[in-house]
Amino acid sequence: MTTPTAALVAYKQKRRLTRSRSIKPWYRNGSLMAGIIIVGLLVLVAVLAPVLAPYNPITQNLEDAIQSPSPAHWLGTDQFGRDVLSRLIWGAQVDLRVGFLAVFIPFVIGSTLGAIAGYFGGWLDTILMRIVDTFFAFPFYVMVIVLVFVFGSGESSIYIAIATVSWVSYARIVRGEVLIAKKQDYVVAARLGGMSHARILVRHIGPNVLSQAIIYAMSDIVMDIMAIVTLGYLGLGIAPPTAEWGSMINDGQQFITTQWQLATIPGLVVVVTSLGLSWLGDGLSDLLSPERRK
Amino acid sequence: MTETPVLRVADITKTYHLNTSVLARITRKDDKQSSLHALDGVDLQLNKGEILALVGESGSGKSTLAKILVGSATPTSGELDYHGEPMPLHRNKDASRRIQMVFQDPYSSLNPRISIGSMLKELLVLHNIVPKSEVRAESIRLLNLVGLEEDALQAYPSQFSGGQRQRIAIARALAVRPDILIADEPVSALDVSVQATILELFATLQRDLGLSILFVAHNLAVVQHLSQRVAVMYLGRIVEVAETEELFRNPRHPYTRALIDSIPRMSAESVNEEFFLDGEPPSPFNIPAGCRFNPRCPYASDACRTTDPALETVAPQHESACIRASELDTLALTIKPRRTGNTAA
Amino acid sequence: METPLLSVKSLTIGIRRPKGSDTIIVDDLSFDIQQGERFGIVGESGSGKSLTLRAIADLLPKGVKVLSGSILYNGAELVGMPTAQRRKLMGPEIAMIFQEPMTALNPVIRVGDQIAEGPRRYLGLSKKAAMELAIEMMAKTGIPDPARRARAYPHELSGGLRQRIMIAMALSCGPKLLLCDEPTTALDVTVQHQVLKVLEELCDDSGAALAFVTHDLAVVNQTCSDLAVMYAGHIIEAGRVKDVFSDPRHPYTKGLLDSAPDFDQPDRDLVPIPGFPPNLAARTAGCAFAPRCAFAVDACTVAIPPTLEVAPGHKAACIESERIFEGILA
Repeated sequence: MTTPTAALVAYKQKRRLTRSRSIKPWYRNGSLMAGIIIVGLLVLVAVLAPVLAPYNPITQNLEDAIQSPSPAHWLGTDQFGRDVLSRLIWGAQVDLRVGFLAVFIPFVIGSTLGAIAGYFGGWLDTILMRIVDTFFAFPFYVMVIVLVFVFGSGESSIYIAIATVSWVSYARIVRGEVLIAKKQDYVVAARLGGMSHARILVRHIGPNVLSQAIIYAMSDIVMDIMAIVTLGYLGLGIAPPTAEWGSMINDGQQFITTQWQLATIPGLVVVVTSLGLSWLGDGLSDLLSPERRK
Repeated sequence: MTETPVLRVADITKTYHLNTSVLARITRKDDKQSSLHALDGVDLQLNKGEILALVGESGSGKSTLAKILVGSATPTSGELDYHGEPMPLHRNKDASRRIQMVFQDPYSSLNPRISIGSMLKELLVLHNIVPKSEVRAESIRLLNLVGLEEDALQAYPSQFSGGQRQRIAIARALAVRPDILIADEPVSALDVSVQATILELFATLQRDLGLSILFVAHNLAVVQHLSQRVAVMYLGRIVEVAETEELFRNPRHPYTRALIDSIPRMSAESVNEEFFLDGEPPSPFNIPAGCRFNPRCPYASDACRTTDPALETVAPQHESACIRASELDTLALTIKPRRTGNTAA
Repeated sequence: METPLLSVKSLTIGIRRPKGSDTIIVDDLSFDIQQGERFGIVGESGSGKSLTLRAIADLLPKGVKVLSGSILYNGAELVGMPTAQRRKLMGPEIAMIFQEPMTALNPVIRVGDQIAEGPRRYLGLSKKAAMELAIEMMAKTGIPDPARRARAYPHELSGGLRQRIMIAMALSCGPKLLLCDEPTTALDVTVQHQVLKVLEELCDDSGAALAFVTHDLAVVNQTCSDLAVMYAGHIIEAGRVKDVFSDPRHPYTKGLLDSAPDFDQPDRDLVPIPGFPPNLAARTAGCAFAPRCAFAVDACTVAIPPTLEVAPGHKAACIESERIFEGILA
């Protein structure tokens, strides 16, 4: 036959890692950086609310009601004399917490179910996906509002309502990704390596499919914050007097002709938050998408 | 051969049913079109320490057979013996370890998010191949075996070229110390100059480790250099098996002849004109009656359209599924090529 | 000597970067194709062979441009020719066949109509006459029952039949030059054999020249009369097929021939070329093949070797060619 050893020796001598990754570093990614800065600042403000807020956000002071911005109250006061800036700062805590948690729970449930359905297929997949289809048939807001009505207003019922409705998106995204990933030869190779289904799903498929769900989660946080704001606006959200952006917009709109800043400033904060999260999602999708790693 | 083959399959079939929704069953009158006979009675054995080439065109079922051999697909019917013992339908950790696979596409076969070292370590630990303390040393040994070095341990698949990836995939297959390697077209996605290095690697593995290798390919020229025996597959069945030299010198199935004559040649003197095959492989949805090759076969007789020939011994170590196998030599001289055209300079 | 049908001179293709350091993919390429010649371009992936072909057909991918050089077709300059004028050449003068006919054919138009479209537009044929020509072309490419198959959609046909449709379409307007980009790579070996035969016969009949890009040396040997071997964007050897195959004068060509299995020499050892094709972004100063070349000397790493005539009609770009090959081949 052949004389491979000599050739192999020659081969080895010239062997070196040919392709270095010529990907620009993550900090050179504009939208990712913008997203990190905005979201980071918001999180910082929320965490440091007790230190940053000049006033108690709940204590009423009717003598100072409806004041225009002044050195004492930078953004003025509302109809109960509460400092708007302080309520915005404390509101960040509530809205971001609810936003993140309302995404985290359906993310975990939906991804897990979707991954299992996609990986094992069969009747399990059929049943689960029909359920998902059923949920998708209802408009998001209608479902959330109905569920909050049923469970009663308050933070925990918002979590339950949003989780009940939005896990289906994650299930569908992750299932689709798993269907693609499980056909890859490396999954077959892992099976031939004697690995259990659980190990393959968690260690080999998981990291390759979650990026899409994470990217979606960023835009989902935006949607959930909007939902909370909407619910607050409809009077179904976080019970007053807790500071929350949605109810602030709702309360402020009756004074829109005289004290426009009462509704507009919280509205702007919501817009900036959404923008930050969207950029973060864009940046992450650049960073995590598989073709960058090829 | 008196020695028990390391792997033997007998009368393996694999049928895929498509369009089996209720509506399709009602509207479609005959059921013929909806089932695909990927494998239609395959008999084959792999002997210890040999490289057996499995050759066929697309749709011949060679990849399906490879999947069944490694256990990632289950046959519809048939027997699969490993060292003379029936292989369980669902293999446990140790059973699947024995038969490993090298894939065609070196890009899809490596997980982009797992480093080479981590990939090897996982397998070595899972199967207790070596004590924990020696995992690293063993990983380096495996890499050296396939012509790579220690620095590959930290690297991710994206940092390697196609040929290097194929080496890594081979190292992964070897990590669990199999005695059979199924290679599914392992060089067809690689550049010519790289192909030779991988072919040599397989030859080395066979010689130094005593591995038995089933090498699936569509390129007969590649096979001729590497394998000791060749099995030719056509539409879900083995139509000829022989030792390599014998098969190329004395093919006893018209399809094998056509394959050999279709190989593009490297020297001008040997430009082949002899044997021109009409038509294309029929669809496995609709396998012809009688001999499955008869619609394309220039030697087909009436008997060929009614008899489905079985694989029979035509010479020592040489089996063919053609009822006219013994006449082929004389027939070749009397039958003219079907087309005569201007030929290349 | 008469004017060549196609004359490529100092063609350089690359990606223009705003900061000046352009990425060069095909570097200073020159070759001629005569009327009716069958010219093979051989190389491995990344050698620039397909881009060269695409530059001739004005089908370069977005961002990739002809940076300098000229492509003369029958004496007319194609580089910089207005698009409208150039498009008129594609079909009646130059046609192209691709590796994967499924993506080159329109999936929602019957194949007969797709073939007839060119003759109607360029030859001014009536709808009926164009369809008759289409069916005739299909018959010529060996498609059985062409009148019926003309009414089929691409997905209803096998890979081999689709490639025949592509050939019928490409030759329907009687082009003088047929560009083929790995036309048989995706086909099975018996079908490849058939398709190559059809291609050869039809080109002989119509007198069309063939520019045939492939990575398969044996296919070139069977199909072409002349060839150019490309490596990392350069032609490193060119000449008559039989001269180059029997007496290669560049170590890379020799390496390719030695590493490819030859059916007629089953006992010959396969000798792989060590190392890997170079990274185009990180070009070295000297011969692109030098890092993998067993015969490389210091001078090889200094400058890109000039193309020298080593025998009549046989060129190689290797400064050591004489030393390497005079001794080996008597």
